[in-house]
Amino acid sequence: MTVNVSVTVNGMRHEISGVEPRLLLSDFLRDTLGLTGTHVGCEHGVCGACTVLMDGHSVRSCLTLAVQANGSEITTVEGLGTPETLNVLQTQFREHHGLQCGFCTPGMLMTGEDLLRKYPLATDEEIREGLSGNLCRCTGYQNIVAAIRSAAALRRENA
Amino acid sequence: MSSDRRVQPSDVLRPRHVGAPIKRTEDLRLLTGRGEYSADRKPDRALHVAFLRSGQPHARIAGIDTAAAEAAPGVVAVFTADSIADDFKAVIPFSRMPNYYATPILPLASGKVRYVGEAVVAVIATSRYLAEDALELIEVDYEPLKAISRAELAVADGAPLLHEAAGSNVLLAREFRKGDVAADLKVAAVRVGGRFEMTRKAPLALEPRSYTAEYEKRRDAITLYTSSNIPGIVRDAISESLGLPGHRLRVVAPDVGGSFGSKGSLYPEELLICIAARKLGRSLKWTADRLEDVSSSSQAFAEIVDAEMGFDANGVATSLQADVIGDVGAYSIYPWTCGLEPVQVVSFLPGPYKIGSYRGAVRGVATCKPPTGPYRGVGRPISTFVAERLMDLGAKALGLDPLEIRRRNLVRSEDFPYRIASGIIWDKTGFLECLEAAAEAVGYQQLRLRQADARKDGRLFGIGIATYAELTGIGSRIAVAPGMPINTGSETAKISIDSTGAITAAFGVASHGQGLETTLAQIIADDLGAKFEDISVIQGDSDEVPMSTGTYASRSAVLGGGAAKHASFLLRDKIKRVASHLLEANQDDIEVFGGQAVVIGTDRAVTFRQVARAVYSDMKTLPVEAREELSASYTYDPINGTTAAATHIAAVEVDPATCFVKIHKYVVAEDCGKIINPMIVDGQVHGGVAQGIGAALFEELIYDDDAQLLSASLVDYVIPSAPEVPVMEVVHIESESAVAGGFRGMGEGGTIGAPAAIANAIADALSPLGIDVSILPMTPERIFKLMEQARFNSRGKADE
Repeated sequence: MTVNVSVTVNGMRHEISGVEPRLLLSDFLRDTLGLTGTHVGCEHGVCGACTVLMDGHSVRSCLTLAVQANGSEITTVEGLGTPETLNVLQTQFREHHGLQCGFCTPGMLMTGEDLLRKYPLATDEEIREGLSGNLCRCTGYQNIVAAIRSAAALRRENA
Repeated sequence: MSSDRRVQPSDVLRPRHVGAPIKRTEDLRLLTGRGEYSADRKPDRALHVAFLRSGQPHARIAGIDTAAAEAAPGVVAVFTADSIADDFKAVIPFSRMPNYYATPILPLASGKVRYVGEAVVAVIATSRYLAEDALELIEVDYEPLKAISRAELAVADGAPLLHEAAGSNVLLAREFRKGDVAADLKVAAVRVGGRFEMTRKAPLALEPRSYTAEYEKRRDAITLYTSSNIPGIVRDAISESLGLPGHRLRVVAPDVGGSFGSKGSLYPEELLICIAARKLGRSLKWTADRLEDVSSSSQAFAEIVDAEMGFDANGVATSLQADVIGDVGAYSIYPWTCGLEPVQVVSFLPGPYKIGSYRGAVRGVATCKPPTGPYRGVGRPISTFVAERLMDLGAKALGLDPLEIRRRNLVRSEDFPYRIASGIIWDKTGFLECLEAAAEAVGYQQLRLRQADARKDGRLFGIGIATYAELTGIGSRIAVAPGMPINTGSETAKISIDSTGAITAAFGVASHGQGLETTLAQIIADDLGAKFEDISVIQGDSDEVPMSTGTYASRSAVLGGGAAKHASFLLRDKIKRVASHLLEANQDDIEVFGGQAVVIGTDRAVTFRQVARAVYSDMKTLPVEAREELSASYTYDPINGTTAAATHIAAVEVDPATCFVKIHKYVVAEDCGKIINPMIVDGQVHGGVAQGIGAALFEELIYDDDAQLLSASLVDYVIPSAPEVPVMEVVHIESESAVAGGFRGMGEGGTIGAPAAIANAIADALSPLGIDVSILPMTPERIFKLMEQARFNSRGKADE
């Protein structure tokens, strides 16, 4: 048995038929749509590398089935900004050296976007707590926290 | 080494790239989802591999029935050890070490399985989902054998043999000696010692291991995209094993999502995927899931160390001895051998200290676990943990401050070069400078006052110091792993300017997060005189240089950087020769900077593009003999290598109710020589310290008595997340080393110092309770048990 999945990803509508109900959203994005910016680090919902926004909320795409995304709007890292036009958070990650190998980075950025939209992020404790569902093995988090702190300050200034 | 470069007044004003916190070239693609990791490759109609792995720790394979799997939907082929037996030669991790047995590396288990997670059968299907479905249909008939779950059991009388041909479970034995330890210990004023243990760890890169083998039928050639930090070594090993010459086997490490050593050995799956691609004439993909990655990637540490140190009455260490047993797992790994990790424990145990006599003996023992291999720090997180605990125990016994006892024992500037018992030579490095700088940055005296106040309130507050030295950028005089017959002492840079004027710099090093595309371009920009943004660095591709090994052992800034400098100078001189024709000036009057050659003191200049056009395209401008190809290649070998050192100081508090450890302060003072990019150096230190914190407080691969892994998920194997990692302050001591550029390697140091600093801080915090720290990680459970025992003991004393 297969099903049809209709989703809008990064503003583009996709109507995909023949989707197996067991297909993970992470595999659907990476293999069916070719959006390999979303990374798969653990497939059990701990590392957060596969985080995407679904209807404005961060979700683990490795714990979500593609069929569950039917009718929804998804944003992946490819939908944030291009190398020529990095968005605020991407820019701050670069400024503060908030990434090394880059594997956790898409998940960090999508979680960061979610946090920035929903919370004031007035303290580092709040930022660290917000990031506690995303693992990074390279940076020791210090510069990721700095990047998000700085992005939050810039959003406050521009608000 | 740069005597060929005349310093000119304008140099002072010119922006230097080396030393500047230049933003990384890599970031633009990695921040926008445009990076390309091995799993992101999409070869034409790729097939997918899934492995059936052993659930048995030790068993004879009596039979394998794959018939049902072969008939399953989407399955193209099923391979076992028997069905590929004629397609490869086993890879042997040779070493000239005496008392070493090299276990062969095979793509699939043959005859026996020796650990839970060992690959037994490979299914090739049209999708990963279908390949995994078919795994369920395979019947393996195992005859279980007795498991060996711990190193002490492996050496016990009557222990089952893991490798019958070895005749013993001891795969390796080695000893280093200097002076007469027994005599020195006998006359020591104070002797301290104990049994120390560092449990088994997973390096745990966020990207699981991943391989894509792309088959090209026109040339019967394979390109292996691999999440490896040693693509050159992988190329050479697979070439030999499969009888496939290097021009038909290209190994590329594209963007790699961290390694920390876990992607720094040849893996059975890399062999299998190339064998299968060749047999089927198809492109294949495999990516480990997390369970597979934790249970089959090389693991780390796992040593028990019985150590003793003697001091004279002034607190000077006179003698040190240690007996180490390393639980190396089921196989020796390629190319490093099972000796890499445990031997480094004894070869580095004396560390940065001047110790009169030394005896360090090590045995590497086979158990039913995945092989241990390199992990950030290799051996030295353990040797530093032990030596630094001994220093603190000595200080306590002598009534000295931990800072003072280190002052009295560190190798001093007049003692360099200093040779330690294992033959390692420390070149002039800021050992004491790091100690004093860390103490100052952390406000050591103030911190001790704060501790006194906290103790008055009954709080468990402790301060821990760790100092260490490591050998980095190792040249050809010493093999990175003991007795290994591979040249790990050189790296090549090939820099060229093509007919469009574009600059391409190719290296064999293989960045996996270190930002080498940025730092190597910084060096080239300065030494070639190019614009930073015009330089494209290619690395991690075996086709780019004739021979290379990769990025490991804190070597790439030293070896890659040294090669970049020399190749840049050679190419710059070629540019000058051409420019002297074009500008009608003497070569010596030309300088090269910012992508152009300029006659000094004039506005007469030619751009690299104009130089390239004159050499390649324009047949009239230059005489034929002056049309030298604008490329230069240099292979750099630092011969000995160079020392790096640091002091870490941590202040922690133990919550007596939850037994959690809170890190209040963390300072690192490190000497990595001339800094290429301070932003990147700080990032490397932060990440290394976070891993050291994981090793000290959280991370432990737990195997039960049947050698079954109990902590294979990220819920059970806990690595630090953002709330657990403190703010880290990093201080830099830049004492230049003698290698090209004055660089020292610094990728591993954070992980070497942190476990010891935290162990000492916890021991200091718990010292009012009479508790010692001798095993890591100090999980809340372990601290709880120690505190309960201490309470029980003190109650017993009160009753007497």
